[in-house]
Amino acid sequence: MCKRRFGGLILISLVILLVAGGCGSTSTPSAATAAPAGGQSIENKGSDTLVNLALAWAEAYAKVKPNVRISVTGGGSGTGIAALLNGTVDIANASRSLSEEEKAAAKAEGFEANQITVAMDAIAVIVNPSNPVSDLTIQQLSDIYTGRITNWKQVGGEDRPIVLLSRESNSGTYVYFLENVVRQGRADSTDLFSPNALLMPSSEGISNEIRQNPNAIGYDGLGYVTPDVKVIRVAAKPGGEYVMPTADTVVQGKYPIARGLYMVTRGQPTGAVADYLQWIKGPEGQAIVRQLGFVPLQGQ
Amino acid sequence: MSKAIELYGQQAKERRQRAGEWIVENLVRISGISAIVFVVLVFFFLIREGLPAFWQVQPGNLFGTKWYPTFGFFGILPLICGSLLVTVGAIVIALPLGIATAIYMRELAPGWLREILKPLVEILAGIPSVVLGFLGMVAVAPLLRTWLDMPTGLSAFAGALMLAYMALPTIISVADDAIDAVPKSYRDAALALGANHWQTIWRVVLPAARSGVLIGVMLGIGRAIGETMAVMMVTGNAARMPDGLLAIFQPARTMTATIAAEMGEVANGSTHYHVLFAVGIVLFVITFLINALASVLMVRSGPRRGGQLLG
Repeated sequence: MCKRRFGGLILISLVILLVAGGCGSTSTPSAATAAPAGGQSIENKGSDTLVNLALAWAEAYAKVKPNVRISVTGGGSGTGIAALLNGTVDIANASRSLSEEEKAAAKAEGFEANQITVAMDAIAVIVNPSNPVSDLTIQQLSDIYTGRITNWKQVGGEDRPIVLLSRESNSGTYVYFLENVVRQGRADSTDLFSPNALLMPSSEGISNEIRQNPNAIGYDGLGYVTPDVKVIRVAAKPGGEYVMPTADTVVQGKYPIARGLYMVTRGQPTGAVADYLQWIKGPEGQAIVRQLGFVPLQGQ
Repeated sequence: MSKAIELYGQQAKERRQRAGEWIVENLVRISGISAIVFVVLVFFFLIREGLPAFWQVQPGNLFGTKWYPTFGFFGILPLICGSLLVTVGAIVIALPLGIATAIYMRELAPGWLREILKPLVEILAGIPSVVLGFLGMVAVAPLLRTWLDMPTGLSAFAGALMLAYMALPTIISVADDAIDAVPKSYRDAALALGANHWQTIWRVVLPAARSGVLIGVMLGIGRAIGETMAVMMVTGNAARMPDGLLAIFQPARTMTATIAAEMGEVANGSTHYHVLFAVGIVLFVITFLINALASVLMVRSGPRRGGQLLG
């Protein structure tokens, strides 16, 4: 009896463990547009920032070219690039530039990673609407996120502790924010996020906490900012102009925390993939970019 | 002649029965053994994927206090501390509540109320943890922030509350069974000696049921330390080292939440991947030890030493 219960207990613990490990494969939105037999198919995977945009493109493109079947999955920029290197996808979505290691890995696989800018994105810094602070410099943001500034009154706000919100560390947005805001774009900087920063598993987690907590500060892609949070105006340098992130300020290069969103292919794209990328960069594709709150490419 | 046929028929029937028995016996045996095989397979997989972390990462780094996996800092200490903080907090909250509920249900509540309470507790066990996590994120954490005047409600304490809620059904039902198993003669003897109802419960029934209650607690801990989803949603996931007891009111990052949040996006075969499995090994060892302890307690519980307790 006792022995049997013991075995059962081990099993229970294993199940718990398996569940713990199994949750790793977090579900990501995926869609496949129905395709007639004999049509071409494009596999598209990567950045969670881009996934909604990529889905919208795929859906719209299905009406333009019904014989091309595009399936889109998220999972993060790193995941998409890894899949491109493995050869399981045709296009990887990335919300950051490829790293040198990734470019080298592509060469080792026998192709040149071809990175195409498909849209622009501003990273908005957001706070609770009741927070009186509305302007911050990059320097102040860096000090806040490294933990050198811990109270809102140090940046002209109320006497409240600052609660830092960040995306999870594998997100392309996290890496971009770290390199360009926390480290202020300096390659020699080794600054890291303060260990007190809360890593939220989703954009919704960030906006939910910002909405109800007047101490919180967070950042997220402009396309994910909801109307019930307050967007901070950011200046590149102390004394510089404080700029609100909008499509116009990003295109004019005024807003300092903006980045390209990329699609990466194995070498120069050909056939259906090339047509698709051409369409994305064209007026129809870029109109969808604007609709979803991202910033269209210049000249569109 | 007819007798011989009858005998033959009987033998055939017996043979059929034996064949049927043989099949069933082996089916049961196979399913029994397969459970062991799966356990061993899972264990070996975990070891194979996790062990490389121990030579790919410097020990000083692996057992350091910085967890920045994207930048090569793989210190798992904050994660272990986070898990312990949340689990211990959960048990401290759940233990008195759970035992009190069990005592009330078994010793004090009128029969009809007991009949309502028992199934309700079982329903409690069936609430999916992600639902509790959502509740914690949207309702409990904001309340904690305003009531306790914390910088943010997303903290180890919020996680402990959610886990306590999840461990309660286990603790209550096991403790309830243990109290039920205390022979009626003990109560009668205590009452006959002039003890009142409360003294009987506190001095006789509870000590006699002690080991069963302890097992319930162990199982509750096992449940709490392995829980992932709810914890990930309410603890804030900041990998910081606790600086004293008040750290329970600060954010924390548990081992389970780390594995869940990062495994989905990690490159297969990278150092980070192996370290996450190493975290899995640590978690496995901890739950294994807790469960082993629970079984040892169960073996030792054996016959009750009631005489000593009353003496």
